[in-house]
Amino acid sequence: MSKTTSIVLVGVGGQGILLASQIIARAAIASGHDVKTNEVHGMAQRGGSVVAQVRYGEHVYSPLVPEGTAQVLASMERIEALRFAGYLAPDGLAVVSSQAIIPVTVSSGQAAYPADVEDRLRATFTRLAWIDAIGVAEKLCDSRVANVIILGALSTALPLSRECWSEAIAQCVKPAYRELNMRAFEEGKTLVESARTSIA
Amino acid sequence: MSQLTATRTLLSGNEAIARGAWEAGVTVATGYPGTPSTEILEAARAYKKDIYCEWSPNEKVALEVAAGASLAGARAIVTMKHVGLNVAADPLMTLSYIGAVGGLVICVADDPGMHSSQNEQDTRHYARFAKIPILEPSDSQEAMDFLARALEISEKHSTPVILRSTTRVSHSSGAVRLGERRVVTPGNGFQKDPQRFVPIPMNARPMRVRVEERTAALAAEANRSPANRIEWADRGLGIIAEGIAYQYIKELAPNASLLKIGWVWPFPDELLREFAGGVKRLLVIEELDDILEEHVRSLGIACEGRKPGPWGTRPLVPGIGELSSDRLAPVLGMKSPAASAHSVNGRDLPARPPVLCPACPHRGIFFALGKFDVVVTGDIGCYSLGVFPPLKRIDTILCMGGGVSMAHGMQIAERMQGTGDGKRRKIVGMVGDSTFFHSGITGLLDISYNKGAAVIIVVDNRTTAMTGHQEHPGTGRTLMGEQTISASIEDFGRACGMKNIATVDPYDLKATTETLRHALDSNEPWLIVSRSPCPLYTKSNVGPARQVNQELCKKCKLCLRLGCPAIEYINDEIRVNETLCGGCALCEKVCKDGAFETARGACGE
Repeated sequence: MSKTTSIVLVGVGGQGILLASQIIARAAIASGHDVKTNEVHGMAQRGGSVVAQVRYGEHVYSPLVPEGTAQVLASMERIEALRFAGYLAPDGLAVVSSQAIIPVTVSSGQAAYPADVEDRLRATFTRLAWIDAIGVAEKLCDSRVANVIILGALSTALPLSRECWSEAIAQCVKPAYRELNMRAFEEGKTLVESARTSIA
Repeated sequence: MSQLTATRTLLSGNEAIARGAWEAGVTVATGYPGTPSTEILEAARAYKKDIYCEWSPNEKVALEVAAGASLAGARAIVTMKHVGLNVAADPLMTLSYIGAVGGLVICVADDPGMHSSQNEQDTRHYARFAKIPILEPSDSQEAMDFLARALEISEKHSTPVILRSTTRVSHSSGAVRLGERRVVTPGNGFQKDPQRFVPIPMNARPMRVRVEERTAALAAEANRSPANRIEWADRGLGIIAEGIAYQYIKELAPNASLLKIGWVWPFPDELLREFAGGVKRLLVIEELDDILEEHVRSLGIACEGRKPGPWGTRPLVPGIGELSSDRLAPVLGMKSPAASAHSVNGRDLPARPPVLCPACPHRGIFFALGKFDVVVTGDIGCYSLGVFPPLKRIDTILCMGGGVSMAHGMQIAERMQGTGDGKRRKIVGMVGDSTFFHSGITGLLDISYNKGAAVIIVVDNRTTAMTGHQEHPGTGRTLMGEQTISASIEDFGRACGMKNIATVDPYDLKATTETLRHALDSNEPWLIVSRSPCPLYTKSNVGPARQVNQELCKKCKLCLRLGCPAIEYINDEIRVNETLCGGCALCEKVCKDGAFETARGACGE
């Protein structure tokens, strides 16, 4: 079953991880693949760490991504990428938003937020796309599309056509926000493509 | 039968159950929200033209409503999480004797790994306990197919049937083939038959015999059911895999012979014997308790799983927490690719537990409670997050409604035996609005009736928030989207005989604190309703976002005691994350130096 492609999306509750995973799954279905996803609701949503997984291929059995096998690990928050680094395959692509969300455990003095995250990320991942998703989203005047910018960035590692992505985005967002989300997707994609040399 | 279309759609297990119910001609669907089951009814609402859907006040009521619908001839489903079945256990046990007329399926979602639950109980025990069949889908397509199959079994054998899902089935999505809705023919309504429907002892005794006869007939059918099947391959190792474990095993050991179990009780003994006889070594893999494995052993069949077999040792199947291919790889003698070098740089990361959202109204009441030396018996809902530092204002949690009744018990114990140091502490019980209607009312009645003195706080955020904002009897709306009564918590308090009832706005810290002081100083029971809608539900900020004026901030850190995720303290600077801030202004009210002020918006807002 080595032909199954696995994507792990991580971040903090409320960052739009679940929407991003839905879009990937629908893009894969539109490409004719079998797809399974999984996510955890409820308790995990309330500002805690969130993980969503998508797997696609000819026939997908388990909805869970085995550790060390994901082709893509995308993180909406910088330290969450480190927390879930174990999912990524040795040659996989890590897409990390440079956004830092300080956990209450840090603000209340129980723990420290590491200062050397970027160095650690570079030491951890051989293929890293380090992206200022919030900065780009604010340029588009809507910080909520940071998730779709990350999606555009990770799409560079998946052989799914532009039409499939566009169809999937159309299925998952309200018509009024389609154009904005497509622009966000293209921005994310361009960021990685223009920096291709620094990733490989 | 319906004509299958070739459409493949991505559905979660829960959505697939709802779709399966619609296609199978279900006309009544009831339930109470509970992760990971909630989305079944939310998805069923999309078919409200054909399916009547309701959020019942609790799972017992939901099952009784569905039972009534079934006896009147309708196909019905009822949904709940695993612990909800405890609440519905009373009707369940006798409904087994009475049976079903229209197909009746109880959709129960277990939570192995306790992602969102207080325990890890295994619903299969209930099937055996109540002597009713249980089906276990392993993905979305099966969730849909098994729902239809369960309805057929229910009607054929006159029995309620449990459809057991788990978090990874309910909240995983997969491609499913959609079909049409079965034609529902008008029924004749309820047909009177006291010997069948009235279990007074003289009727219940023959019913009891019929339950055993039914069990034998069901066992025979379980042996032939497509829900259970053998996939012969290499005969050296045979694996009995139940529920979603099948998917993990198919991925890990594509060459092993498999007995896939989708209908576990009554046990398919013939099939178990046939499979065991065809393989050299037998491994049983099931999530949570070793119900199937114990049974296989009781048939005199050697096997391994939770306990070792006679073939020498290998790592045992984990019995605590959920299974995964990573956890099962060692059981099959395979190395998991885990523990790669990728993990080393993340060992000292700060924990990120779930927290009360920015602008959550519960924060106000927790902060105010922090000023008093009290014990708080909590309950099930968002406010259980009040247990975490820095709020730390929840001391116990037991079950739905337990926060009310346990407060009474503790208060009585303090009265009867004191606390040792001579001080008498007031006990505070905290319960949410939906939880109050679910099972807090009887506890309140008990306090009033039996002359208790606890202070009960209903944190009323006008919705069932933790499970994703479902309606309840206090919200003024039904699941179908219709306007209805809005049951008043204060009226329930008065009806229970409570003399001291107060309503507070939890964002008004001063008034909230004063009301608490008044109630905690008294020797009488109090009902305090802390009321403000969940900002996530109203989708609007309470006020404009705040920011910190660094020149005024003296870094006293009092605001950090609010535990608000929008207030960040890093590099010796306190600041507000304006993207997260919901504008509740509690920080402004707590700050003694006037350092919090309205933030200026970006992007021309």
